[in-house]
Amino acid sequence: MKDGATRDGYGAALVELGHSDANVVVLDSGVSDSTRTKKFGQEFPDRFFNMGISEADMMCTAAGLARTGKVAFATSFACFLLGRTMDQILVSIAYSNSNVKIAGTHSGLAVGEDGPSAQMIVDLAYTRAMPNMTVIQPADWEEAVQATKALVKHAGPAYLRLGRPKLKGIYDSSYEFEIGKANVIRKGSDLVVFATGGLVQESLQAAESLQNESISVTVVNVSTIKPLDQALILEETRKHGAVVTAEDHNIIGGLGDAVRHALTDHQIAVPIQSVAVKDHFAETGSGAQLYEKYGLSANHVVRNIKEVLAKKKS
Amino acid sequence: MAEPEISKLEQTAKELRRKILNLIFQAGSGHPGGSLSATDILTALYFGGILQYDSKNPSDPKRDRFILSKGHASALMYCVLAGAGYFPDEKLKDYRKIDSELFLSGHPHPKTPGVEIASGSLGQGLSVGHGMALAARVDNLDYNVYVVLGDGEIQEGQIWEAAMSAVKFNSNNLIAILDNNKVAQDNITEDLKDLEPLEEKWNAFGWDTYRIDGHNMREVMDILRLPLHATKPRMIIADTIKGKGISFMEGQTAWHGVAPSEEDLQKALKELE
Repeated sequence: MKDGATRDGYGAALVELGHSDANVVVLDSGVSDSTRTKKFGQEFPDRFFNMGISEADMMCTAAGLARTGKVAFATSFACFLLGRTMDQILVSIAYSNSNVKIAGTHSGLAVGEDGPSAQMIVDLAYTRAMPNMTVIQPADWEEAVQATKALVKHAGPAYLRLGRPKLKGIYDSSYEFEIGKANVIRKGSDLVVFATGGLVQESLQAAESLQNESISVTVVNVSTIKPLDQALILEETRKHGAVVTAEDHNIIGGLGDAVRHALTDHQIAVPIQSVAVKDHFAETGSGAQLYEKYGLSANHVVRNIKEVLAKKKS
Repeated sequence: MAEPEISKLEQTAKELRRKILNLIFQAGSGHPGGSLSATDILTALYFGGILQYDSKNPSDPKRDRFILSKGHASALMYCVLAGAGYFPDEKLKDYRKIDSELFLSGHPHPKTPGVEIASGSLGQGLSVGHGMALAARVDNLDYNVYVVLGDGEIQEGQIWEAAMSAVKFNSNNLIAILDNNKVAQDNITEDLKDLEPLEEKWNAFGWDTYRIDGHNMREVMDILRLPLHATKPRMIIADTIKGKGISFMEGQTAWHGVAPSEEDLQKALKELE
């Protein structure tokens, strides 16, 4: 199991793909060192396009490349990549069904000190709301590598949500990532946590610490947020009768909403709470400090689990 | 190009204008003004031997690409595509109608044969075209990409991002044609937000820039037949008239997005005899 940031996994996979698939092209908008696309650019300069600080232009250029049969990865920090390009993504990529993979690094409060204008917490809402769009957030380096490769085989638009900080490895190379499949990474019996991205790590820590209190928690990594693995989510919810969702994203429009939607569609009413940013902007500070103050750390996962279990018992 | 060929293209353009007006009338909505201003440009591209395409094989990788960035001129686009053999004229009856078999939507979408990408939100087509121009280089193909822009459209900032990008990458196979009809939906473009001096702007951005009368078929053909510049993308500023060919529509903001009444249609068709 390899520790590493998901952006590092993305960058490593791109280089591999560059060797194995001549159709892969990569675009960046002036931050290729930080997004880890630089190495691809050095090895495959003819298939790398650094568009400068022009995200809207980059999105549509990627769409143009895709429409000639290329698999185009359009990359930047999530905060710059998505807000101002919603229109370009909607018309030239989603509506046109162009084979563009939008890769946003530095997502969430985890980015830390650069402050709220750099902490993208609404990107899952943006992208989930678009027809034709697949939305994926890997939970560690290995999954980021595999998700990037899987997206090349998947025809159609997708958003790949990546992070800056190093994450502890969850998977080894025997893991087989599949788009649309969530997976149980820790088995328990009292409650299930559906987590995504860096919050998978916080949830695992929470589950670990609760073991001492004889609370047995299942943790599911929901790396494909759209299309959601409804079958597994319904099954695990029925099995446990108590749910916590966990994500480094605003509470509106992300995984928590997606899970609730799936449950209500199937008339499943169980106690449920969400670990997420509670519809406000955060502030500067380290990622760890922000996770603590804004309710995303393992401690908060623990608190939410206990609150939900109390509701389950009552 | 010999005179008879020029006058044949002029005749084709006149027939297209009749078709466009009939189509918008029949649909009950659409954009006549900006369709009529770009008619001569698209006639030259599609019927003057400029654009290399095979309408029976619309996905031929070697084809030249055409992008109507000002997607509201869809009536023009569909009439041209039908004329070029992408689909039969009869299919045009579905224009702007529900359950349209070829998806002849108010703004173009690639479900329609011959359409490369969706448009309708202004400012995106030059970047898209540039992506296709870059792909030609990656694939070692020598096709060109033609993008028709509206004048109001270049008020969008993304156009100028694309202008800088195409120069950075020496994308000389990207040819933009500005349908400079000087009228937008709200207002004449000059009052809405002045674009001039256009040649100076595009030259300063590093484009191989020309300015022509966009309704003079010989001028349009001559400029489109120029060999590519060695390194620069090309901008052809085509001065046009919104609603060209119909006296009561020419230069009128009122005819940006309104279908003609039956009476107006008959009057207009008479002028195109």
